[in-house]
Amino acid sequence: MSARRRGEGRRGVVIALVSTVVVFAGLGFAIANAPGWPEIHRQFFDWAEFRSTFPEILSAFWLNVKIFCISEALILPLALLLAVVRGLPGPVFFPARLLAIAYTDFFRGVPTIIVITLLGFGAPALGLSGIPTSTTFWGIVALVLVYTAYVSEVYRAGIESVHPSQASAARSLGLTHGQSMLYVIVPQAVRRVIPPLLNDFIGLQKDTALVGVLGSIEAFKQTQIDQAASFNFTSGLVAALLFVAITIPLARFTDWLVARDRRRQLAGAAA
Amino acid sequence: MRRLLLLAVPLCALAVTATATGGRSGPSASCAKADLQTVDDGKLTVGTDNPAFPPWFGGTPPKGSKWKVSDPTSGKGFESAVAFAVAKQLGFPKAQVEWTYVPFAKSYAPGSKSFDVDINQISYLPARAKVVDFSNSYYDVNQAVVVNKGTPAASVRSVAGLRKFRLGVQIGTTSFNAIVNVIRPFSKPRVYDTNDKAVFALKSKQIDAIVVDLPTAFYVTAVQVPNGKILGQLAAKTGEHFGMVLKKGSPLTPCVNQALAKLKANGTLRRLQATWLSKVAGAPVLK
Repeated sequence: MSARRRGEGRRGVVIALVSTVVVFAGLGFAIANAPGWPEIHRQFFDWAEFRSTFPEILSAFWLNVKIFCISEALILPLALLLAVVRGLPGPVFFPARLLAIAYTDFFRGVPTIIVITLLGFGAPALGLSGIPTSTTFWGIVALVLVYTAYVSEVYRAGIESVHPSQASAARSLGLTHGQSMLYVIVPQAVRRVIPPLLNDFIGLQKDTALVGVLGSIEAFKQTQIDQAASFNFTSGLVAALLFVAITIPLARFTDWLVARDRRRQLAGAAA
Repeated sequence: MRRLLLLAVPLCALAVTATATGGRSGPSASCAKADLQTVDDGKLTVGTDNPAFPPWFGGTPPKGSKWKVSDPTSGKGFESAVAFAVAKQLGFPKAQVEWTYVPFAKSYAPGSKSFDVDINQISYLPARAKVVDFSNSYYDVNQAVVVNKGTPAASVRSVAGLRKFRLGVQIGTTSFNAIVNVIRPFSKPRVYDTNDKAVFALKSKQIDAIVVDLPTAFYVTAVQVPNGKILGQLAAKTGEHFGMVLKKGSPLTPCVNQALAKLKANGTLRRLQATWLSKVAGAPVLK
């Protein structure tokens, strides 16, 4: 590398630094000097409020964690099943494919909050004996219905991204359609869609807040209770940080998972 | 040149915001109509939630109206009547009173307000008064417990007896505080975004009881839950009252208080209460 190019590199770093400082200092100054800032500061960033609402929101957040863990454990296999059903070959399976398509279209299109409200208020109101009245139960059912539709499409994209020659090769080895899906196609498909699966998992985590419409006190509902009591929005910040505290490590973990997988595949190619 | 421009953008932003600060006027001493600064010049804009429920609001919304269940503009129902009475004291006849839809959370959100006063069964709490102005009381509140007839909760006679039941309540109400601080149930209450969701949950027996203010309890049992019954009222917590919400430091607040004081002194407030909340007397007090 020539001295001239090294010099340009250093200049680039300096310019980037100066421009970053100027932009953020400018933004910070503009916000802090906005006419409404003292009000926003008092009602959104109140440290005393943050500390006093934190413990209850944290304990309410436990319900969100429970809901998204149980839901995800159900969604992952159900969605895979749905994607496989949608890919079944042959005219015999036409009704199954049709149902799978109708299901996906419907539950992907309906807003989650409506599914939760209809199921959560409607099902227990039927008054049938043996039907659970637990809001958490119906919240989970609604989330599983909606997210299974989303996630099955992710799986389907993965399955369709596996080159047809893989299926042909598997069949020529004498594997049935089912066996070639199980041993050849699905394992490759799932690896490819781990990042979008995580995307939907994060979406699910955030949507657990919608279960609050049924009356159970999860993190977001707790922040609303706190807000209504003090007319102070700081508690929302507490919940936001709790959600982010879960999603960021998860995103890094997935990155690591994908990178490891890639390394192993490349190592295989070299051998 | 490009670099200069990059610098210029934040600097311009600074200049604009620097000139925009300041300029908040202090409260004006006079409550004469000409001196009142309102959201809409020459009009008093009153906010409330939609749907507006009896007995706080009455009348039937005309076809095409944005209001549901009741019509705040009708002057019927206790809060509608009080708002019009206060407006009249301030010099705004009925035609100069504008009603606007203000969801509860919007009433205390920071920034400019779309209403001059908001009247929506909002209880005064010291923490709330830090961020908005409250008028003085226009109604002193008691909380009541509503249950379904013939259920185990219906045979309860004491506050302690309620503890083992699943209770429901609307968010942001002092009814919620009453559950947490007075009843102290063994399991967490269900907290609904609106009162009608809580009422629905009671009706479909997803919960055993709801806590609402006493006038609402009479409406719930008379109209919304035919099988409902008022179990009783909670012993009055001293000083709980509804106030109108105004922007913090609003010059209107002292004027609204003056108007309310006059309405109290000349018996109007008592008369309106008798007209719209008369059935409210006589629920047993739970010990």
